[in-house]
Amino acid sequence: MRLIPKSKLARREALWFYAFISPWLIGFLIFTLYPIIASAYFSLTIYDIVRAPRWTGLGNYAELVHDKLFWQSLKVTFYYTFLAVPLTTVAALSLAQLLNQRVPFLGVFRTVYYLPSIVTGVAVALLWQWILNPEFGLVNYLLYAVFRIHGPGWFYDKAWAIPSYVLMSLWGLGAPLIIYLAALQNVPTELYEAAELDGAGPWKRFRHITIPMISPVILFNVIVGIIGSFQVFTQIYVITQGRGGPHYASLVYVLYLFQNAFRNFRMGYASAQAWILFWVIFGLTILALRVSRSHVYYESPGENI
Amino acid sequence: MAERTLARPAHIVQAVPWWQRRSVRRKATTIVATIIALIGAVVVMIPFVWMISTSLKTKFTALQLPPQWIPRPPHWENYPDALTFLPFHLFFRNTFMYATLTAFGETLSCSLVAYGFARLRAPGKNVLFLIVLGTLMLPYQVTMIPQYVLFKILGWIDTWKPLIVPTFFGSAYLIFLLRQFYMSIHQDIVDAARIDGCSYFDIWWRIFAPLSRPALMTVAILSFMYHWNDYLGPLIYLSTTEKLPVSVGLANFTAAYGGTPWHWLMAASVTAVTPLIIIFFFMQRYFIQGIVITGVKG
Repeated sequence: MRLIPKSKLARREALWFYAFISPWLIGFLIFTLYPIIASAYFSLTIYDIVRAPRWTGLGNYAELVHDKLFWQSLKVTFYYTFLAVPLTTVAALSLAQLLNQRVPFLGVFRTVYYLPSIVTGVAVALLWQWILNPEFGLVNYLLYAVFRIHGPGWFYDKAWAIPSYVLMSLWGLGAPLIIYLAALQNVPTELYEAAELDGAGPWKRFRHITIPMISPVILFNVIVGIIGSFQVFTQIYVITQGRGGPHYASLVYVLYLFQNAFRNFRMGYASAQAWILFWVIFGLTILALRVSRSHVYYESPGENI
Repeated sequence: MAERTLARPAHIVQAVPWWQRRSVRRKATTIVATIIALIGAVVVMIPFVWMISTSLKTKFTALQLPPQWIPRPPHWENYPDALTFLPFHLFFRNTFMYATLTAFGETLSCSLVAYGFARLRAPGKNVLFLIVLGTLMLPYQVTMIPQYVLFKILGWIDTWKPLIVPTFFGSAYLIFLLRQFYMSIHQDIVDAARIDGCSYFDIWWRIFAPLSRPALMTVAILSFMYHWNDYLGPLIYLSTTEKLPVSVGLANFTAAYGGTPWHWLMAASVTAVTPLIIIFFFMQRYFIQGIVITGVKG
């Protein structure tokens, strides 16, 4: 690659290019590159912001290995992810397939299903805390009124805490749903017609045409889902008032990181946690790409990004 | 399909019982699918209805079982009561300013950067674009702590600056989204403008910006909604009550009250999500387009 283009015109274009991307370039250097380097350095120090960082080498990482809460937070996060991501994928895909059956008022359905995803955050957390309230909540009331079952303590029960957050996250499956729906509508109908002539039933058509044709989109949603699940924070912080209770049953990874950084002001320790989070997310994404390599179909070769 | 409407010999029509005919099966599928979708839609809407219903009850009827779905009489005064208990008018003003400014900043900067990446040639461009995509993989938590330290040194803690200033430098995700739009604008228009003597800046300002209005709209809405809901950022940087956004204000409600005033909390929540729902209804087309493009072309 030639660093400086030969012709005057090309040089001018290159200059304009750098002028146009300069906001990103400057922002990247200040808000991403410098923090990455600083974070890597902090992770090797003991740092409380007030005093200068003190070098400890791999001390933070060594301490994390023996930190029970660290392992607990990792376990809770994996549990949440492996419950939420497959459930969301299956539910969103089934609903999309359902809406793709030439259902009338598609626009209305799309809007209704999508609505919960735009109000994420604190309001939703409070709403679900109320709906899943063990004593006065709607769900436990209905469970008793219809099935005569005494519902669990949901967010306040050690065994039910994480499933409760997963249930709540399912309410927001509108975003992947719309993506799946768009993908389904892009599958050429000739394929289905041909398969039907060959005698393929609905399930076979779904299994051998729909799934392969939309597999890149499924992969995209799964990866985005994994990354999002590993960073889950707001709902749990709001509902447990920053504690991750009961008995650390919902102490997710980022919540524990936040506690160390901004409550205990152990910035070095939290930086080490952040780096481990990065490698876990990186590893899982690579794994998802690897596993999918033989299962994902791309229309044009080389379209892997 | 023409052949299906053609008259067929009677014995062939009778050979297939009516319930197995293709047109009947299709219709049955549609009806069953519609019914299931309808049930699903009701289930999805119930939490919203419950939220609105609770917001109109008294402290005691909110806890009543079986729940009264339509509160009689509706306590509209919950809204002013809840919203004056904490300085919500300030929270709303803060959030609105924040979301508007950041949406403006991100749309402007991302539009410039995306144009560069989509249409201009320069050495090193591909490497730089790979870095843009690479930063999408980096969790915010990695850069969060040094950024906090940086802003602390600058004396920006407990101000809105750390939350607003970085958005004027673009966001990788939205740059990527806009670049996809810009790639699809026809080169002939650009060439014609070049011949007419437009500079690259003119091309961006007079051709790409107007032609990609729907795309810019999508980006602005995505940015606005993201920042409206943002919690972690304001939680880290702001502490003075008067400076808080709605999200943090809502979360502080319970602590400020001691015990949970569900009727007030729901009134405040309804108020907090209403602007988003209104924007969503008006901008649906753009919004859904944005979601689809990020997911499908990604």
